[in-house]
Parts: sequence; structure tokens; C-alpha cells
Amino acid sequence: MNVMDTRATSAMLYLDGVHVSFDGFHAINNLSLTLASGEMRAIIGPNGAGKTTMMDIITGKTKPDEGTVLFDGVTDLTRLDETRIAELGIGRKFQKPTVFESQTVQDNLLLALNVDHSVKGTLFWRGSRAESERIDKVLETIRLTEARNRLAGSLSHGQKQWLEIGMLLAQDPKLLLVDEPVAGMTDVETHLTAELLKEINKTHTVMVVEHDMTFVRELGVKVTCLHEGTVLAEGTIDQVSSNERVIEVYLGR
Amino acid sequence: MTPHMLTKSLDRGATIFLAIVAACGILIPLSNLLLPAGSVLQVPTYLVALWGKYVCYAILALSIDLIWGYCGILSLGHGAFFALGGYAMGMYLMRQIGTRGVYGNPILPDFMVFLNYSKLPWYWYGFDMFWFAALMVLVAPGLLAFCFGWLAFRSRVTGVYLSIITQAMTYALLLAFFRNDFGFGGNNGLTDFKDILGFNVQAEGTRAALFALSCLALILSFLICRSVVSSKLGKVLIAIRDAESRSRFLGYRVESYKLFVFTLSACMAGVAGALYVPQVGIINPSEFAPGNSIEAVIWVAVGGRGTLIGAALGAVVVNYAKTFFTSGMLAPYWLFMLGALFILVTLLLPKGIVGTFNAWWESSKEKRAATSASAAAEDGVTEPKMAE
Repeated sequence: MNVMDTRATSAMLYLDGVHVSFDGFHAINNLSLTLASGEMRAIIGPNGAGKTTMMDIITGKTKPDEGTVLFDGVTDLTRLDETRIAELGIGRKFQKPTVFESQTVQDNLLLALNVDHSVKGTLFWRGSRAESERIDKVLETIRLTEARNRLAGSLSHGQKQWLEIGMLLAQDPKLLLVDEPVAGMTDVETHLTAELLKEINKTHTVMVVEHDMTFVRELGVKVTCLHEGTVLAEGTIDQVSSNERVIEVYLGR
Repeated sequence: MTPHMLTKSLDRGATIFLAIVAACGILIPLSNLLLPAGSVLQVPTYLVALWGKYVCYAILALSIDLIWGYCGILSLGHGAFFALGGYAMGMYLMRQIGTRGVYGNPILPDFMVFLNYSKLPWYWYGFDMFWFAALMVLVAPGLLAFCFGWLAFRSRVTGVYLSIITQAMTYALLLAFFRNDFGFGGNNGLTDFKDILGFNVQAEGTRAALFALSCLALILSFLICRSVVSSKLGKVLIAIRDAESRSRFLGYRVESYKLFVFTLSACMAGVAGALYVPQVGIINPSEFAPGNSIEAVIWVAVGGRGTLIGAALGAVVVNYAKTFFTSGMLAPYWLFMLGALFILVTLLLPKGIVGTFNAWWESSKEKRAATSASAAAEDGVTEPKMAE
């Protein structure tokens, strides 16, 4: 019990015994997972393993039926809504890139900046030098400086993915949840994305959900394999991919 | 509104629009009052009143465009806020009648005497004072919108469901105001107004002044809308319109934004209604009819959603057409024409008049830029072209 307590307080993210079911379908089943501060973790698993549902729970979109979800060791995330959780410092990149298509790349980043998000604050907002410098820096990191005045809707798929990662950077959360960042990317883009995430991981805790094994291998971090809403295996990519149960669920029984 | 917000919000189109409205607001009343009747350039009084009505509709359209065009809230009950503003003004005008009513009761309006009211209902207190009525023009619609929005947006009612409950809201008000014991004149509503702030509402001078005031209100509403949509809050509204849950995950409290803009919009609609009533001389429950609210949405769609100028333009164009067609032999077919117009606009001009014009203007500007760029292509590096 004592061990549990210390783990619960030192981890950036702590899930214990989480259950969720939708109309009798058990999407998440006794899921327990711990993410240390500063860690980057890759989550893999076949379709329907509960990866996205897990992210929904962490970000407050879905409320678990049972279980504990602690952020930063103290905050119970199951009691808070999306906005509050985002304010606490959890950022999320969606599976399908969702950028604000009818606004410019620059404005997308401006909206993502973790400044005053109140109605009054935005109504009387005046840009500051610090803000535009931060935006410039993010644009550089995600290689979209040239495209800053283009509408986000006109970007290529890969660029949209980066813009979304850029929005996460602008949000500057303590924990980044990244859902399938390289889906639909070319090999070069995939490689650049891995580099980008590694760079981000130097200053942030990151959780990446991804199907692409080459990409996961390139990240070179600890891997957790989910299956039917629970942890099936955990370890290095080689350990996990040689695990018989993992091979079984991926190839089908 | 700080001056900084205003200057930032005015582009060329907005400036031209404001100049036209201001010119109308000054020249039409002057021509009506100063030129001799029968002169070619003299605007007859009946037209001043008719156009004044259009200007009020334009303000209503602006208020709808602010929430629908920029925040994706399709209210099919905005006529209710317009009518509430109208009733607040109507109550003031009723109290001004005093002993000149048919029954000559100094306190009670005619319909109350007729319905055997012994004293003024409490909610009529204060409406003999203009400042109080003017305040209520903002407070009544604003408060309703705030309560309605607070419940609806917190429960995350969106899209077509929200549209349906706004319809239900205006319909419920229609039924309530129809009742004689509700205390607002029932079926007949409020009418037979005599004067406003001591001026005869029928007089030419008053009508001209009301027209000028309506134009001023349109200008102010437009400036408020422009300031809102060109602030960072405007960007958040568009973000909510395009990807609501994404905005939540960025840490924006979507319901607060919706509530703010919905309430602001309802107050604007109330002002439009308040200016409308003295110009048409009556307010009755039919103003709450769900059809009115839908018609107002059509104005915005025709003019161009999310352009503000288009909303005002659409209101004037469609209502001009309505006046034109309903006064001729085509009158029985007006609703069919309105329906056809909506379908045609949706199919052929989904961006509306102004939206289509803007798109054409932008693309022709780009073409011109492209030709001048290719002429000077020697220099090598130019802006990366829009691919994909």
C-alpha cells in the first residue's frame, strides 16, 4: 500500500482499475497504467483495444464507470470536464487531424497558446511581443514558417498533423497525448515526426498511440500493448513484439 | 470597445457599408422633410416608414449572423427577442397615451379597462419612464437569452436540436402573449400609440427622426459585431463553429462563449424590435410566429452568412422583394417564392450574395497577382504556391 502511495504521487499520469462500458460493451477493462514525469510512452494495440477511449477518459470526454485516474499525483481527472483538464495542462492531438480549417496557420497557433482563455480576456486581447515570438518559435519547430498565413484547410495532410502538434506545443501542456501522429504520412514525414516528438519529449511528458511499428521503433521508448481494454504487455519494442500473446492478438486467433 | 478594436475591425468593405448607411440615414430624412412634396427627389413619408422597417430587419439579421455565421448557433427563434424588445417599447408607448385613450383612464391602457383590470399589473410599473423602457428593451431579451442559453449550452444542446428548441421557445411565447390574462393586450397586442418622448409618432418629423435613429442603431450594431468578430474572441467563435470539441480540448469554455454571443445577439435583436414598433405603430403576438424567425434566417442565408454586410443586405433585398411581390397579383405566391429563393440560394449560392462576391474578388485578385508575378518571374524565388 505504501508503495502504491508513492507511485501515485510521483507519476505524471496514474490509471488504476479503470472500467468503461458502452451499452454492455467493455471498452476498458481493469486498465492500470503509470506514466512517469518526463517519460515518453508508445501505446500500441489492435483496433478496438481501447486506445482512443483511454485518451477520452484522460481528457474528460468519457467518464469511467470505475477506477482512479490521477494527474500529477494529486488531481482526480474523473471529476473534471474537458476545459478544466486542458487548463491543468493536458493537451491532445486527435487521430484525425482537427485544425481550424478556415483560419490561418498562425491563428490556429494563437488560439492554442496557453494564455487567458476567458471571454473577457479574448474580447479585449491585444497581441504581445512574447506571444508572437512563441508563435514564431513553434512555426519554426513544425517547419511551417513559410505557410503561416495560409488557411489551415489548404495544408497537406502531413502538414496538418504537424500543425496540430504545433498547437500542442503552443498550449505547452505538462502531458501531451498524441493519437496516431503519422497516419497517412510519407516515410520522410514519419521520420521527421519521430524527430519532432523526441525533441518535444525533452521538455514534456508524452503518450503516443500509434499503429506504425517502424515509427514506434524509431521513437525507441517503452511500449505498452493494449488489448480488449487492458494491458497485455509492456516493455521495449523488441520484448513486446516478440511476446506470444501480442503476436496472437495482432494476427487474430 | 476600445478605439484600437474599432480601427482594427474596419476594412474597406465595412467602411463603404457604413458610409452608405450613414448617407441614407442623413439624406433620406432630409429629403423627406426639406424638399417640397411631389418633387422627384422627395422621399414620401410612407417610404421613410417602410425603409425604416427594413433597417430594423437589417439589425435583426446582423444579430442572427453574429451567432449563426460566426459561432454556428442556428437560432430559429430570434424573432422572439425582436418581439420582446418591441413589446418593451410598446408598453412605454401605451403608457404615454394616458387619458387620450378611448376610456380615458390615466393609468390603465384601454385593453386593461376593457378586460376589467382594477389596477396596473406589477410588470407594467416603470414603463411610463422612457429610460426604464429603454433598459428593458435590452434586459428582457437579454435575460431570456441568458437563461435559455445557460440551460441549453451547458447541456451541450447543439445543431438541429438547438434550432428546434428555439422554435419551441418562440412558439411558447406566441401562445402566452395571445392570452388576454397575460396582460399584454392578447390577440390585439399594443397599438394606437400617440407620442414618443413628447413627439407625435405619426408626425413626419418623428418618422424621419426614427429612420435616422434606426440607421444609427444599424451602424452601432455593425460596429459592435465587427469589433467582436475581429477580436481574438471572434477567432475563438469561428473555432467553436468549425470544431467545437477541439476548442474544448484547447481549454476554451465553449458554453461561456456561446452564452456571451447569444445574449449580445438577443439584446441587438431587442433594439431592432424597439425601433420597429413606433415605425409600424403596432406590436402583437404574431411577431413571435416561428415563421418570422425562419424568414429572418433566410435573409442572412441570401445575403451571405458570416459576412455581416451580407446579412444586412439580405434583409433589405428580401424584404424589398416581399413588399414588391405581396402588393401585386403575385401576392398569393410569395411564400412559394420565398421557399424557392431559399432552395436556390442553398444550391447555387451557398455563400450568399456577399460571400460569393468576396470569393470572386479574392480569386480575381489572386489571378492579377499571379500574372504580375509571372511577368516578374525572373527574380526566381516567389511565395510558395497553394498546392493541394
